[in-house]
Formats: sequence, C-alpha cells, structure tokens
Amino acid sequence: MSVKYALLALLSWRPSTTYQLRKDFDTWTGQTWPLNIGQVSTTLQRLERDGLVVREAGAVDDPAAPEPWRLTDQGRAELAAWWRSPVSRATRGRDELVIKLALAAVVPGVDVAALIQRQRAATQRTLHDLTRLRRGLDVTDLSARLVLSNHIYAAEAELRWLDEVEETVTRAKLQTGKAPKPASSTTADNLVRSAR
Amino acid sequence: MSTHQHTSHAGQAAPILQLRRASRIHGDGPRQVRALVDADLVLRPGEFVAIMGPSGSGKSTLLHLAGGLDVPTSGQVLVDGIDLAGLTVTQRTLLRRRAIGYVFQDFNLLPALTAAENVAFPLELDGWSVRRARQAALAVLAETGVAELADRFPEDMSGGQAQRVAIARALVGPRRLLLADEPTGALDSVTGTEILQVLRDRADRGAAVLMVTHEARFAAWADRTIFLRDGRIIDETGPSDPAELLTGGAG
Repeated sequence: MSVKYALLALLSWRPSTTYQLRKDFDTWTGQTWPLNIGQVSTTLQRLERDGLVVREAGAVDDPAAPEPWRLTDQGRAELAAWWRSPVSRATRGRDELVIKLALAAVVPGVDVAALIQRQRAATQRTLHDLTRLRRGLDVTDLSARLVLSNHIYAAEAELRWLDEVEETVTRAKLQTGKAPKPASSTTADNLVRSAR
Repeated sequence: MSTHQHTSHAGQAAPILQLRRASRIHGDGPRQVRALVDADLVLRPGEFVAIMGPSGSGKSTLLHLAGGLDVPTSGQVLVDGIDLAGLTVTQRTLLRRRAIGYVFQDFNLLPALTAAENVAFPLELDGWSVRRARQAALAVLAETGVAELADRFPEDMSGGQAQRVAIARALVGPRRLLLADEPTGALDSVTGTEILQVLRDRADRGAAVLMVTHEARFAAWADRTIFLRDGRIIDETGPSDPAELLTGGAG
C-alpha cells in the first residue's frame, strides 16, 4: 500500500496538517489500514525532501498552530502520473499464505487439512468483521464502502481458493496413497512467482 | 482447533432450539451412513447462525432435525424446551406449524395464492379467522418490505420479492425460529445481499435464524458460522470482539 500517493491524493483535495491527514486517511479507507502518526510524519518528510510537498505559512491569528502541508507543482505532476498508471500485481509483494500452503502440501509431517481449516475459520472471521463494519456505514461513505467491498471480495476469494487447495490435496493423496511429492523445480518456481 | 465463542446480543435468554449430541445414522453394517454425529447446538432469540460445509457434510440433515422433519437416531432436539422425540406425529406437526418457519432456495410459494394469502395460510390452518390471519400477514409483509405486493401472485414477483414473501410466511404469527436452506441460492448477488439484510433485521428484532449456505459472504452476516465436515461440527467462528477490531488491520 502506497502511503506516499495516498497522502499526495489527500493534499490535492486540500492543504492539511499531519494529524488531519492521518485522520482523513483512516476515514476514507474505512479504518481498515490504520496508519500511525509516525508513518505519516516520516512519509511527509520524504515528500518534502523530494520537493513534492511544502509547508504553508502558519495562520496569522494563531502562530502556534501547526503549519498545513500543500502540494507543489511537482507533487501534482507525480500524482497525475499515478492516477494514469494501472497498479501491477507483480509489485504487491509475496503472499505468505500462498507460500505457506504450497510448502505445506509437499513438506512431510504437516497436517494440511487442519492448517486449511484454521485459516478458513480465521478468514471467515475477518469476513464477519468486514461485513459488520460495512453494515455500519452510511450510504454516503463511498470511499470506505469501496475499500471494505474490496476486502470482502479478497477474503471471499481466499476462502474459495482454500476450498480448491483442500480438494486438490485430498485428491492427490487419494491417487498416490500418500502426500504429494515436491513439485519439480519449474513448477515450484511458478508457484513462488504466482505468490509475488 | 480454534473455537470462537461469540457473545451475541441475545444474551442468555432461554434457547429456542437445542441439539444435544444429536446423531442421524441411516442403515447399518457396511452400508451405514453417518449423516450427522453428536451435534451440539444452542440457538437463542435474536441469534443468527450460519452453517457451512461441503456437499454431504450434514448441513441439510442438521436443518431437517432442527425443524422436526426428521428425528435423530440418538441424542435430543428441543424446540422451546420441548423434546421432539416425546411428541406424537400430530403433536410434532402442530409444533412445527406454530413454532418453526422455513425458507427454501426456490421460495415454495403456492402459485394459486396471493402474497398475503400465502403468508396467512399457516395461520388459517391453525384455526385463525381469515380476517385476523390477513391482518397478521399484512403486518409481517410490511416488516419485510413488500407490503405493496400483498395482492400479487408469485408469478408476478421477482426472485427477491418472492423470497421476502417466503420469509414473511416463515415468521408470521407466533413463530420465532426461522430455518433457511440456501435462501440466496436462486438469487443474484445484490438481491441475495438484500435478503440477508432482511434475515439480519429479523434476528435483530428477536427471531432466531439458522441458515445453511455455501456462500461465505452471506454466512458473514450471521453472529456465528459453524463448519460441518463428514457429519461433525468441526469448527465455529464469528466476529472479533469489538475491542480487537481496527487494531490489527483487517486487510
């Protein structure tokens, strides 16, 4: 998740203080990716160093008030380029669950069925939480609704994938009478690549 | 095995439904099929429980036992504290009609009756006057958001509308236990979500809802999800405690 671009996007809406940016981020993302104030502050310092944001002069009637941040022209250009670019799946990092199950299916001594059920219960619990959060939102909370909807689809997809993994492993055991053999190096490479 | 016990708003009101080590075994010897084994379940007013599991895991058997459509080969099923095994067939039929409502995947509305007549029908079977039964039917149709369909026939309704009428029929009169078997199975995703909102609303108003579904997203509307496998309840989960929410990042 790019905190950098999220902050640039929020600042394109209006100049804002560090504290307000953190608050807006939490509100607009349905509070599903909580940011601490240190993350926001550090990111803003990097953006300032790179010339993408600057501090505005403090309020005349309250010199002690924190100076709000605002976008520079360079920052606007950077943000515009981000809006224009699709997000690549390849840059989203490795998925620990994919790697864990790919290994569990071939490493001896792992109770794959129990592992899958524990994960299924945990992901279903997340789905309960997300559904409850979404039910509590007002219809006007558009950004938060979209973010939560994305989490719900992702959790649901993971549950379907777990069903398929369970069925695949069960069938493989039925066919061979024992746990599947480790995949060939090519297959293993593909598995890890797909987990990126 | 992780078991999450969710403390629902239903508190500790007397259970509407209880399964105590309920088993249903068909046949004997090598052909024996253990459809349900030692199932324990407590459902209280205001609670909404979802049952998930692969085909043949015992979901329908559990629902049939809960609704008195079948009897356990061992263990007990109690509705409003009454052990169904101690009832005659006639008494069980009467209890089913007065205490339990069913919602099916294909709605099962009588095509020759209007929505209001469908909903009033079980009350009339129970001896209510036509007028009083219609009044009760209109009230519950309004509660499920389809008051304007009262005089419409099932063939003139959408799937979502028909299912709302079916839910009204399941809960009309004194009945507070709703058993739903894949209630969204014949509906698109958006309409399915609307039906879940109705079921959730009914539970929040005090009904007890037990729903079989294979859709995780719909099970997530319940207070608890129970997982069945090979006839056994193997796991249970529900929402996090409110204090845990938002602290770990849900995504």
